[in-house]
Formats: sequence, C-alpha cells, structure tokens
Amino acid sequence: MGNRAIKGIEGRRERGMSRVLVYAALIVLSGLYLAPLVWMVSTAIKPQQQTLTQPPVLLPTPVAQTPEFAAQNFSDVWNNPIVDFPLYLRNTLIIAFLSVTGTVLSSAAVAYGFARIEFRGRGFLFALLLATMMIPFPVIMGPLYVLFRELGWIGSLKPLWVPAWFAGAFNVFMLRQFIRSIPKELDEAARIDGCGHFGIFWRIILPLSRPSLAVVALFQFMFVWNDFLGPLIFLQHKDQFTLALGLALFQSQIGSTPWNQLMMASLMIVTPVLILFLMAQRTFVEGIATAGLKE
Amino acid sequence: MKNREDIAGFAWISPWIVGFLAFLALPIGMSLYYSFTDYSLLEKPLWVGLENFKALVNDPVFWIVMKNTVIYAAISIPLGTALAIFIAVLLHQPVRGTSLFRAAIFVPTLVPMVASAMVWMWLLNGELGLINQTLRPVLGVVGLSPPNWLSEKLFAMPALIFMSLWSVGQSVMIYLAALKDVPPSLYEAADLDGVGPVGRFFTVTLPMISPVVLFNVIIATIGSWQVFAIPYVMTKGDPDRATLFYSMYLYDNAFVFGPKMGYASALAWVQFLIILALTGLTMLASRRLVYYRAN
Repeated sequence: MGNRAIKGIEGRRERGMSRVLVYAALIVLSGLYLAPLVWMVSTAIKPQQQTLTQPPVLLPTPVAQTPEFAAQNFSDVWNNPIVDFPLYLRNTLIIAFLSVTGTVLSSAAVAYGFARIEFRGRGFLFALLLATMMIPFPVIMGPLYVLFRELGWIGSLKPLWVPAWFAGAFNVFMLRQFIRSIPKELDEAARIDGCGHFGIFWRIILPLSRPSLAVVALFQFMFVWNDFLGPLIFLQHKDQFTLALGLALFQSQIGSTPWNQLMMASLMIVTPVLILFLMAQRTFVEGIATAGLKE
Repeated sequence: MKNREDIAGFAWISPWIVGFLAFLALPIGMSLYYSFTDYSLLEKPLWVGLENFKALVNDPVFWIVMKNTVIYAAISIPLGTALAIFIAVLLHQPVRGTSLFRAAIFVPTLVPMVASAMVWMWLLNGELGLINQTLRPVLGVVGLSPPNWLSEKLFAMPALIFMSLWSVGQSVMIYLAALKDVPPSLYEAADLDGVGPVGRFFTVTLPMISPVVLFNVIIATIGSWQVFAIPYVMTKGDPDRATLFYSMYLYDNAFVFGPKMGYASALAWVQFLIILALTGLTMLASRRLVYYRAN
C-alpha cells in the first residue's frame, strides 16, 4: 500500500515536470511556425521606408496610422496597372466553381459505382484507380499540353476545369470509403419503395455523404487556389491568369524591393484560405487524417 | 440480372474511365512515343530511336537535377518525418490548449506555395531578412556573418530544405490521428514492464504507427520529384543550377528550350520509372520494418 502511494506521488511529480516541458516545447514551436506569417502581416502594414529598418520592428510608426498604411498598400496592389488582381480573382473563382462542382458530382457518382454496385472487374478497376494516384503531374504535362492544343482549349480556362468533371482518383477513394460505411439496409428500403440506382444515389447516398463531399469540395478549392504549374503551362494570355500566377507575375514586375506590397499581395491570397480554415477546421483536419490513414 | 448490374456499374464509373483514358492513359502513351522522337511542337514528331535516352545519359544538367532532387529528398524527408512525429507526440500529450497549438502548426500548410515563396524570400533576404537579422548578432560574437541564403551556391539548397520543414503540418495531423489509434492497453503493458517514456516510444508507439509513417514517406518521396513552384519562383534554379529540380528541368525542356518535347518526354519516363522503383523498394523494405495489425 505505502509503496504504491509513494509511486503515485512520484508519478504525478514526473508528469507535472514533463507537462511544463511539453508546454514550453509547444509554445516555442507554435511561435516559430507562426513567425513567418506574423512577419508577412507586419510587413504588409508598413510604408516601404519602414520595411528597411534594422533591427526589425513589429508595428509601423506611428501605430495609430496602421489602417491607413495598410489601406495604401492594399490599394497599390489591387490597382496595379500591369497586374490585374481583381481579374485574376475572378478567373480563379470561375475555375474553382466549375472544377469543384465537377469533381464533387463526378467523384460521388463513380464512388457510388465502386461502393454499391457489384460488377465484373470492379476489384481490378479500383486497384487501377488507386495506382493512378502515384502518377505525378510533371510526367504527363507535356502531352497534356499537346492534347489540349489539339482540342483547341489552349487560350481558354478549360484545361484547368474540364478534367475535374471526370472524377479525381483520390476523391473517389475517399468517398467510396465513406459510402461503404452507410448501412446497406437504407438502399434496400429505397429499392422496395421503387428507387433505382439513381434514386438511391440522389435521395440516400448524396445527402448522407455531405460531410465527405465537403472535404472533397474543400480540397479541390484549395488545389485550384494553390495550383501554379497547371496555370503556368496552360494559360497563355495575361488576362487569363489566376491569383497564384498573378502573384508570381507581380513579383517579377515590381522586383523585390517593395516588400510591403509583395507581402500585402501574399496576404491577399492567404486570407481567404485562413478564413475557410477557421470556418471548417474540423473538416480540414479530419479529411487529412482519413487521407493518411486508410490506405 | 447479373448482366444489368455489370452495365450499371460501368455506367456509374464511366466518368472516371473516360477521364483515365483521355487525360492519363493517352498522355502516358503519347509521352512514351514522343520519348523516341524529336518533337518541337511546330512540326510532326520525327522518329529518332533511343537518341533522347542516350543524350540524357550524357547530359551533365540531367545529372545535376538528379543529384539536387535526391539530396533534397534524402535530407528533407527524414528531417521532416522526425520533426512531424516529434510534434505529433507533443500534441498527443494530455495538456490543455492543444487545439490552438495544433492550428499554429497546421496553418502554414494552407499558405499557397507562391505566397510561401514570397514570404520566405523575404525571411531569407540577405540584408533585411528576419532570419539574418536574428543570426547576425549571434554569429557576430564569433566574428562570422550570415550568408545571403538564396544567392550563394552552398546555402540555397539548405535554405529550401529548412523551408520545407515549415509545411510538415499535414503529416503532423496524420501522425496525430495514428497516435490516437494506438490501444492504451499497450502503454499500460509497457508501464507494467517498467519501460520509461523513451523506451515506450520506441517499443510501442513507433511500431504501431509505422504503416502510417511508411505511407507518408512514399507520398513525400513521390512529392520530391514534383517540387516545382517554390524553387521556380524563389531561385529559378539558381545560383549556378544549385536548386534546379527534376521537374523544373522537365518543364524547361517541354515548354521553354525549343521546345524539346521528345527530350522532355524521355525525362518524364525516367521520372516515372524512378518513382515506380522507389515505391516498390519502400514496399519491399516495409515487409521487414513495418508492423501491420491484423484487422
């Protein structure tokens, strides 16, 4: 008894000690991971002259004028005569809307086929689908360009959204996992009520799959928002650029001295993503966790 | 009836089949054909047999990009994996406020790559960058000064590797989910055997999460052959090709030099085979190193 009590006290002390260490490590790490973003914001709200001060300071002087400085930088970026950010935002949103809609609908349908219909060759085709996830985009980008040129798509936004209407392998995989967790009895009940595959898909599976459809939509949106190589290859005219491409163009246009404007432009691209994250934190983290765990 | 289900199955997965044939199988086939031709996109491909592959072996730049890509992968993947597991273990500790710390680690992975590139160009700036402004007084004590990271041949690659550690957040979330899946009874058993916290990590935690580690390492390995946007924006492969990655050289050949689509396709096929071989090897190695729980 006595021995056990002592052990308990020691254990608690040990845990208390390590708790302090854990906190210290987490605080330091979080600080390091956030520092680049903090510095981005700090630079984006300063007049150019103040980005050159050594040692660096967090806030502009006078602090009270911060909103004016920020607004000035924002308007310099937004109204840049050569790099048309409002247009690039519009282009990015068009591509995002079309490709998110396309991939959600097509991936859900394909996932339904793999999850709920027993057809010959299903196992093989699903294995093939999984294998395609390994093929890196650079391997096929050259011929894809040739193909899209033959189709007359170069010069339009089509190369960036039409393929999304043909189901993404990873999305199909994730949705199939989810659909398989929906009890089959629901399908049976619907079938007795006279539903065919389409009825079951539309009335039962789609509504119940909303959480994973949200993950697919979110990931696709993030992909479009982030994608650099695709637009770089397939978009030829400056007025078709996306935000990511526009930001790179902006940097090459103004050079790298007005860091305040560069950071403001970067902040502009990061902010919507951060807002999405705050709104859908669980969706993000759970989506990523399932992606990594269930081979 | 059986036949009808076959037809229904193929109908439901047809979007993926069409997409697979048109946007994946066809480009891969085209790429194979082009790799045996001389193709400038302006004239028809001209059959040259194995010339492209012979040229590739004798191309010093090919060996430079191979070396750069391998060095980057060989250092950034082990470092990133160790750091991600370390952070995940910290976040798994029963302390309050982990959701805030988790968000801090995860948020950098949401930053679009072009924006990351901007922020890190500014952080790594030789004169005014936050990193050098921090290092300068420290190194000054021993009479050294910090390097101009991105424009010195010796330091550009280490800078990019260091930067890659900023986006380990996704793997951290995956490892964290895996840690939550480890049965507590195993830890209790280890406690009874008198195993300390470090021993517990190596005898229980690491073996239990090893399939997830393997999966992540494969994904990261494939990913390192696709590194493009960040070095393309930050260094354009310079100084003196010190940060020229495989995919960048492939892009240059396919779209910039000439274009040399035939040579680019040979590069693409070599890349494809390397990835296949690497994945195969990792899978083989995993039979010995990874512990799979029976389901």
